[in-house]
Amino acid sequence: MSAKLETHHRRAMIGAGLCLALLVVLSLAIGVQELSLSGTEGGMPFGDLMAISRLPRTLAAVLCGAGLAVAGQIMQTLTRNRFVEPSTAGTAQSAALGILIVTLFLPAAGLGVKALVASGCALIGTALFLATAHRLPPEQPHLVPLFGLVYGGVVGAAVTYVAWQTDLLQYLDIWTNGEFSGVLKGRYELLFVAFVIVGVATVIADRLTIMALGKDQATSLGIDYRRMTQIGLVLVSVMSALSVVVVGLIPFVGLVVPNLISRLSGDNLRGTLPLVALGGAILVLASDIAGRVMRFPYEIPVGTVMGVIGPAVFLWFILRERRDA
Amino acid sequence: MRDRIVIGLILCLALTSIIAFMTVNLRGNIAFALELRGIRLAALVTVAVAIALSTVTFQTITGNRILTPSIMGLDALYQFGQAALVFALGGLGYVSLSPHLKFGMEASALMLLAMLILWPALKSRMDLTLMLLAGVVIGGLFRSLTNLLARLIDPQEFAVAQRAMYANFSAPNTDLLAIATLVTLLAGGFLFSRRHLLDIAALGRDTAIGLGLDWNRVVLVQLITVSLLVAVATALVGPVTFFGLLIAALAERLTSSRRHASVFVVAMLLGVIVLVGGQTLLQHGLGQAGTLSVVVDFLGGLVFILFLFARRAR
Repeated sequence: MSAKLETHHRRAMIGAGLCLALLVVLSLAIGVQELSLSGTEGGMPFGDLMAISRLPRTLAAVLCGAGLAVAGQIMQTLTRNRFVEPSTAGTAQSAALGILIVTLFLPAAGLGVKALVASGCALIGTALFLATAHRLPPEQPHLVPLFGLVYGGVVGAAVTYVAWQTDLLQYLDIWTNGEFSGVLKGRYELLFVAFVIVGVATVIADRLTIMALGKDQATSLGIDYRRMTQIGLVLVSVMSALSVVVVGLIPFVGLVVPNLISRLSGDNLRGTLPLVALGGAILVLASDIAGRVMRFPYEIPVGTVMGVIGPAVFLWFILRERRDA
Repeated sequence: MRDRIVIGLILCLALTSIIAFMTVNLRGNIAFALELRGIRLAALVTVAVAIALSTVTFQTITGNRILTPSIMGLDALYQFGQAALVFALGGLGYVSLSPHLKFGMEASALMLLAMLILWPALKSRMDLTLMLLAGVVIGGLFRSLTNLLARLIDPQEFAVAQRAMYANFSAPNTDLLAIATLVTLLAGGFLFSRRHLLDIAALGRDTAIGLGLDWNRVVLVQLITVSLLVAVATALVGPVTFFGLLIAALAERLTSSRRHASVFVVAMLLGVIVLVGGQTLLQHGLGQAGTLSVVVDFLGGLVFILFLFARRAR
C-alpha cells in the first residue's frame, strides 16, 4: 500500500472514529427518562439507567452496524457484485426461518440455541443463493441483485405462511423489523461475536481482495477459493443470524456502507475493512438516534429508517452507475 | 382453434370455482350467506380481471414478459398515496372523507406518479434488467415510506394502517366494490376495444411505428389505464406482488397465438380460477382462510426466478 493511501486511510479512520464517539455520547444522552447525575425523582438512578438500558442499546447498535456492514462487504466479494448484501440475498430471511423453526419445536430454547439454528439456516439459504447466482450470466450484473431480492421474497413468503398458520405473525414482525428499543442488559451480549467476525474478516482481508478478481485469477494466485468461500459464508450467516435473533432485520447496511467506502477509499480491503466497520456502526447508530428523535417520545424502528435510506441510496447507485457507463 | 378449446376448458374450470365458492359448506341462513359470498365473489372477480388486463397490457407496452405493474412498484405507490393522504389530513380528516372521494384522489395520484416515474423510463428505452431492478427497489422504498408515515401518524392508528399493507382476499374492501367494478368495466372495455392496436404494439416499438402506430400516444394512454386498474385492485384487496406475473405467464403458455383477444380472456379466467378457486380450496379444503396471497406470492416468485434463468438460456 502506498504511503499516500495509508495516510488517507488513517485520516479517514480518525474522522470516522470521532464521528462515532460523538454519536455514542448523543445516543447515551437521549431517552424518554430524563438524565440527571443525582438521580431523578421516582426514576432510575443514573448509573442503573446507563448500565441496564442506554449503554446496551448503544453498544448493540454499534456492534450490529459494524458486523452487518462487514458481512455485506464479504457478500459483495463472494458474488463479485456490488449490489448484494444479507437482506437482499435471502440470508436474513433464512435466519428468520430458522428462528421460526426453533420457536415451533423448542419453544423453551434460549437465545444461544436460537442463534445457532438461525445461523445454520442462514448458511443453507445463502449457500443456495450463491450456488444459483453463479449460474446467472456475468455480463448482466443487475440480474444477481434482482434474483436475490425475489429469492429473499420467496423465502420470506414461506416464513410468513408458516408464521400465519402457527399464530406467530406478531413475533415475525419483531424479527423482520430491526429495533433497538427492547435491548437491555442481558439481551444483547451475543452481539459481541461481531467483534470476532470483524476481526477474522480483517485478518483475511488481503485474500478477500484477491478473491474479488474472480475464481480463476484468485486460484492462480494461490488462494484456496472454496475454503475462503466457506469461511466467508459462515461469517456472513452468523452475523446476519445474530442480528435477526437479537434485534431483528436491519436491511441495506451491508449495501450502503461498502459502496460508499469503496467510492471514497478504493477496494483494498486491508485498508478499507476497518472503515467499513466504523461506517456501519455510524450509520446504524445515527439511524437509531434519528428514529428516537423523529417523533419523540415514540420511536421509529431502525429497520424502518434504514428501509427508507437503503433503497434510496441503492437507486442512486444503480442509476448513477448507468450514467457513468 | 386450439385457443377456443383452451378457453372452453378454463371457462368450465372458472365456473366450477365460482359455483364451489358459492355453495361449499353452505348452511345457516342461506340467503344471508349467499349475499355475503356474492359480494366477496364480485370483489375477487373484479380484482382478477383488473390485474389480468393490466398486467398483459403492461407487458405489451414494455415489450417483455417478466415486468408487471406490481413488480415495478405501482401498488406500493398506491399505498404510499393512501398513507400520505392520512398524514396530510390527519386520521380523523381521513376517516370523515367519503370512500369514493378518497379512492378518486388516490387513483389520480397514482396515475400522475406512474406517468412521472415510468413514462420517462419507457421513452428512453432503458435496459430491461436495470428497469426491473430499479422497479423492485422503488417498490421497496415506497413500502418503507408507507411504513414510516404510518408510524409518524399515530401509534394508535398504526395497527389500522399496517393491516392495509398485507393483501387480504378473504375480507376485501367492499365499500368501494361498486365503483371498483364500474371502473374495471370501463377501463377493461377500453383495453379490449384496443386489442388490435395492442397486437401491433406487441410487434415491438420500431415495427409498430413503421406500421403507422402513434407509439408514444398509445403507450401513454395504456399506461394510464393500467395504473387505474392497479388502483382498483389494490384498493380492494391490497398488494399482491406476483399474482399478475403468475397468470400472465400461464396465459402466454396456454394460448397458441399472442393475439390480445385470446390472451386477455385466458388471463382473466385464470385469475378467477386462482383467486376464487384458491380461496375456496384454502378456506374449505385446508381450513386456512387468510393465506392465499402468501401462497400466490410464493408461487409467483418461483415463476419469476424461473423466468430469470430461462432468459439466460435464450
